[in-house]
Amino acid sequence: MEVLVEFFPLLLKGATVTIQLTVVSAVIALVISFVVGLARLSRYRVVRVLSVIYLEFFRGTSALVQMFFMFYVLPLFGLTLAPFAAGFLACGMNLGSYGSEVVRGAIKSVGKPQREAALSLNYTTFQLYRHVLIPQAIPMMIPPFGNLLIELMKLTAVASLITISDLTFAAQIVRAQTGLTLEPFLLILVVYFLIASVLVGAVDLLAWRIKTKRKLNVRTGN
Amino acid sequence: MDWSWIVVADVLPRLLAGLVVTVQATFAGAAVAYALGLMLAILRRSPSRLVSLTTYWLSEFVRRTPLLVQLYFLFYVLPDLGVYLSPFVAGVIGLGVHFSTYTAEVFRAGIEHVPKGQWEAARSLNYSPTQTWINVILPQSIPPMIPPLANYLVTMFKETPLLAAITVVELFNAANIYSNSTYKYLEPMTLVGLLFLIVTIPTVWATMYLERRYARH
Repeated sequence: MEVLVEFFPLLLKGATVTIQLTVVSAVIALVISFVVGLARLSRYRVVRVLSVIYLEFFRGTSALVQMFFMFYVLPLFGLTLAPFAAGFLACGMNLGSYGSEVVRGAIKSVGKPQREAALSLNYTTFQLYRHVLIPQAIPMMIPPFGNLLIELMKLTAVASLITISDLTFAAQIVRAQTGLTLEPFLLILVVYFLIASVLVGAVDLLAWRIKTKRKLNVRTGN
Repeated sequence: MDWSWIVVADVLPRLLAGLVVTVQATFAGAAVAYALGLMLAILRRSPSRLVSLTTYWLSEFVRRTPLLVQLYFLFYVLPDLGVYLSPFVAGVIGLGVHFSTYTAEVFRAGIEHVPKGQWEAARSLNYSPTQTWINVILPQSIPPMIPPLANYLVTMFKETPLLAAITVVELFNAANIYSNSTYKYLEPMTLVGLLFLIVTIPTVWATMYLERRYARH
């Protein structure tokens, strides 16, 4: 226990890095989800094909391989990424591919009458997506996005393998320097669980707020 | 940086040997995940709140923590407690336990989607619990489970590179060992990516076929 007190600053810093990595890659993943997901619905074949290639590439290979590729192979082509950058790019681009399927699925599940109504109101495609399809699709995206967010947070642990000093890396340092195993690993498992639980709670709260807000709108509308 | 076919010829046999280990780990891990997942799903349905809540929170704990850390736990902590596992066995257990919490949800959803009337019908025909499960519930709940279970097989396949962190020489680690001793990263890492795609893309198509075949109407 005393040892863990001694290593507390290191573990705390590790937890901070894990949270930073999660937040930055979540933003990237969210942007990619929408860009690639909407590109899948494009009327242009080239755009659709490109987005399928992106999807199959990042969903078809392992996240660890993508991370190593960015960290060890890209420098050979003159593109050197800092470990942190390689970490959040790999996490974000990997989860973005899964997220794009969520966006596509949710938008496609908005009923056809909604599209027809927008068409009859002479909406442009941009207006159709901006004012009709996306607002109705977002509540459907929240629960699957919540699951992906947990997957993303767990994926950041893999970044410790490309020398990012996150929580897992900190635990490995404690193990290497003290020979302790149970204490550091059990501790970080609990910390990961707590971080994930906060994220689950936040997503549930968001889903609940959207639900109550929408209900309110219906009532005032009537 | 130029692509060298000599390196390719040199590294490819090692990668293929690694791929065999990867596939073995995937199937062994999936067997654990399916068996344990079914058990968890049944325990979750237990009438005892203590059993079902304990199962729920244990599953959530496993599900909300990274597989990599769980593998480290199995690999570093268990020997200190007197349990010695080979890296491969530790890896298979880690994969299996982690994904059993996911497959449990598939089993649970599959069982719960059988309409209540079916249970009542079996009861009114005086079926025993065994007969109810074998003749009524399972035949209806298994087909829709097949596509998601196959999907998890693909997911587990893609997670196997993590076993490299606990010294299992699977596909990714075979490349990594080669790269670290020769300083050639381009060909081995690219080939690992390609081999993953060669295996996963047809498998994903196969699961999409399964989804169409067993889709619920």
